[in-house]
Amino acid sequence: MSRARRIMVAMSGGVDSSVAAALLAEAGHDVVGVTLKLWGGASDSGCCSISDVDDARRVADHLGIDHHTFNFEDDFDARVVAPYVAAHAAGRTPNPCIECNRHIKFARLAERAHALGFAHLATGHHARVVTGPDGARRIARGVDSAKDQSYVLAMLDQRRLAGLELPIGAITKNEVRAIAERLGLRTAHKPDSQDVCFITSVEKRSGFLAERMSFTPGTVVDAEGTTIGEVDAVELVTIGQRRGLHLAGGTAPRYVVDTDLAARTVTVGRRSELFDDSTAVDDVTWSDAPEWGPVLVQTRAHGTAEPGVVVDAGDGSAVVAWDEPHLRVAPGQTVAFYRDDLVLGSGTAV
Amino acid sequence: MRVHLDHAATTPLRPEVARAMESVHALELGNPSSRHTAGRRARRVLDDARDEVADVLGVDGSEVVFTSGGTEGDDLAVHGVAAARPGRVLCSAVEHDAVLEAVRARGGTTVAVDARGRLDLGDLERHLVGDAAVDDVTLVSVMTVNNENGVRQPVVEAAAMVRELSPGTSVHTDAVQAAGWLDLRAEAAAVDLLTITAHKLGGPVGVGALIVRGDTPLTPRLRGGGQENERRSGTQNVAGAVGLARALSLAASERDEAVRRVAALRDRFTDAVLASLGDVHEPACPDHRDRDGVVGGTVQLCFGGVESEALLFLLDEAGVEASAGSACAAGALEPSHVLAAMGVPAELARGALRISVGRETSEDDIDFAVGVVVDAVSRLRGVKAA
Repeated sequence: MSRARRIMVAMSGGVDSSVAAALLAEAGHDVVGVTLKLWGGASDSGCCSISDVDDARRVADHLGIDHHTFNFEDDFDARVVAPYVAAHAAGRTPNPCIECNRHIKFARLAERAHALGFAHLATGHHARVVTGPDGARRIARGVDSAKDQSYVLAMLDQRRLAGLELPIGAITKNEVRAIAERLGLRTAHKPDSQDVCFITSVEKRSGFLAERMSFTPGTVVDAEGTTIGEVDAVELVTIGQRRGLHLAGGTAPRYVVDTDLAARTVTVGRRSELFDDSTAVDDVTWSDAPEWGPVLVQTRAHGTAEPGVVVDAGDGSAVVAWDEPHLRVAPGQTVAFYRDDLVLGSGTAV
Repeated sequence: MRVHLDHAATTPLRPEVARAMESVHALELGNPSSRHTAGRRARRVLDDARDEVADVLGVDGSEVVFTSGGTEGDDLAVHGVAAARPGRVLCSAVEHDAVLEAVRARGGTTVAVDARGRLDLGDLERHLVGDAAVDDVTLVSVMTVNNENGVRQPVVEAAAMVRELSPGTSVHTDAVQAAGWLDLRAEAAAVDLLTITAHKLGGPVGVGALIVRGDTPLTPRLRGGGQENERRSGTQNVAGAVGLARALSLAASERDEAVRRVAALRDRFTDAVLASLGDVHEPACPDHRDRDGVVGGTVQLCFGGVESEALLFLLDEAGVEASAGSACAAGALEPSHVLAAMGVPAELARGALRISVGRETSEDDIDFAVGVVVDAVSRLRGVKAA
C-alpha cells in the first residue's frame, strides 16, 4: 500500500461513490465522506433527496468513516440551475450535470476540501486519472466502456486534476456491484440515476422550465419554407429531434435540422441534411497545454468519438473540422477532445 | 479531548435525574389510567411530578399537560388554540421552527424583531391595532429566550399589550431555552400557554410539558383515551415526567449560582475570541458589553470571511462540539432565519457559530475551545494563527 492519504470522498448515495469510499477506506486511507445538498426543491434522486443522503450516511457508518453534509444550494442555483434555464431560454441545449461538475463538485467542493486540509478529493465517476511521462495528469476513459464518464469530466484542468482520485475507473460496473455486495453495502442494488437531479419525473423538463421562463410558440417548416405544423415551445425543440413534433402525414421520417428562436421557426428535413463538415465551439479548455490538430471528438455522454481536426479560432473558440460529415451538434452541448483514451480538453458547441 | 458546547441543542442527563427515573422504574408501576393498585401508584407518582413542575412555575397542577417535548408543546399550543377559537395567529420572526411552522400552517403572520433580536413591541402593536392590524387574532406566540442567540424576549410586556389591545387573544411562550436558567413564574403568570422540555435542562429526551392556564380554549391534537384532562391522549411517560420534574427543581434550586457561572464562561469565551480575531460580530450584543439581555450560556458570533459548515467541520475534528443555526432533514445547514430577521447581511450570516455553555463546562473547556476556534477561523481565512 502506498502512503495513507487524507481523502474527501463525494458520496451521492449511489453505489459507485459508496464503493469509491469503500475502496479508499479499505486501502487504509484517512477517508471522510461528504454529501452535497444542492437543491431545495422536489427531486427524485441524486444529491438532493433525503433518502440518498441517508444512504450515503449509512454507508459511511458501515465503513467506519465520518460523513458530513455540505449545503451548496446557493451556488448550485446560481451556477447550474439559473444558467440551465437561461440556456434553454436562449434556444440552446444545456448539460447541467457538466456545469455541476465544473462549478460545484470540482470547484466549490474541491476548494472546501482544500480549506479543510484535504489534498485529495475522490468521486465515484467511471473514469481514470493517469499521469503522463511529462508529469501532466489527464482523465482517461474508465475500463467499463459502457459506463465511461470521462466525457463529463473533460473540463478539468491541471489545477483541478491535482489531488483528484477516481477509484472505480479501473473496474467495471459489475465489479462495483460485486464489491458493494461483498461489503454488505445497502446501495449494492440501487439503480443508476438517469436524469437531471433537480427535475422530477412528474414535472419533467417542460414543467420545470414552464415555471421559470416563458415559452415561444413557433411554426414547423420544411426546407422550402412551407408550414407543416406548430410547436408550443421552440425552446424545447432540439436539433436532431424526430419525435414529438406532431406532424401530420408525410412519408419519410423528418428530423429537426434547425431552430430559430427569433424567427419562431423549427425547420425539419431529411436525416442527410443533419450532417455537417465542421462544428464551431467556444469556452475551450485544455487539460494541459493546447493540443490543436487531429483529435478524436465526442459530442454526447454515451456517443462514440469521431476523428477530426480542432483548429484555434481565437478568444477561446475553435472549429472542429470533421474527417467524415458528422451529425449536427445541438448548441450548448459539450464537445470533448481525446487522443486514444485520454481526454485532452473540451468546449461547448455554438 | 472533546468539549460539548452545544447545550442549547441538548444537555447531558444529570445523574440525580437518572437516579430519580431509575427509582420510578424500580416501582413496577402500572398504567396510570388503570384502576388497580399498580395503576393507582403510577397515577400518584405522575401527579406528584405534575405538582412539582407546577410549583416551580407557580401554576396549578391541573394546568400542567405532559407532552413528548418542545415541538409537541408548541404545536399543541398553536394548533390547539387556533382550532378551538378560529382566528389568525401571530408570532415573532425569530421563533423556533416548531412554532414558526405551526404558525405558517395556520396562515399566520410574523412580528419583527430589532437589530439585537428583541421583539419589536411597536410592530406587535401595529399588528394588533395599527396599520398592519389583523382581524380576529386568536393567539400571539413569543418565545422567552431565543435558541440561537440567548436573547430574552419581552414576554411579560408583550402579554400585557395583548391583554390591553386584544382582550380575547391568548398568549403563548416557548420557554424551552429559558427553563434551565430563568425563574419563569412571571412569564407563566402573564401568558396562557407555556412550553418546556426536559432535555434542555439535564432531563431526558422525549418528555416536556405545556402549561395551559385556567380556561384557555384548547382543542386536543391527539385524541383517544382522554389522558391529561382530555388535552393530550396517550399513556403517560411516568418516569419521564419524574425526570422533567426533578431536572426543573434542580435547575430552580441552583439557579442563581449556575446562571452566574455559565454567563461568566460564555463571556470568557467570547471576550477571548474577540481579543484574538478581527472581523468577529456579536449581533445580539454589537458593542460586546452589557450582555444582561442574553440568557444562559449561549452566544452567537459571526466570523467574516468564514463559512459555518467549514468552521464546524474543523471544530468537530479538533474536539469542539458547537452549532450554527438549524439543520435540514438531510443534515445540511440552513441559513439562519434569526439572523435574517435581525437584518444581519447574508454574507456575514454564512459565518455564524453558536456556542452554548452548560452546567458541567469548565474554564479549561472554554480555554481549549477558544484555542480551537481561533486556529480554525485563522486557517479558513488563510492566515497563520497568532
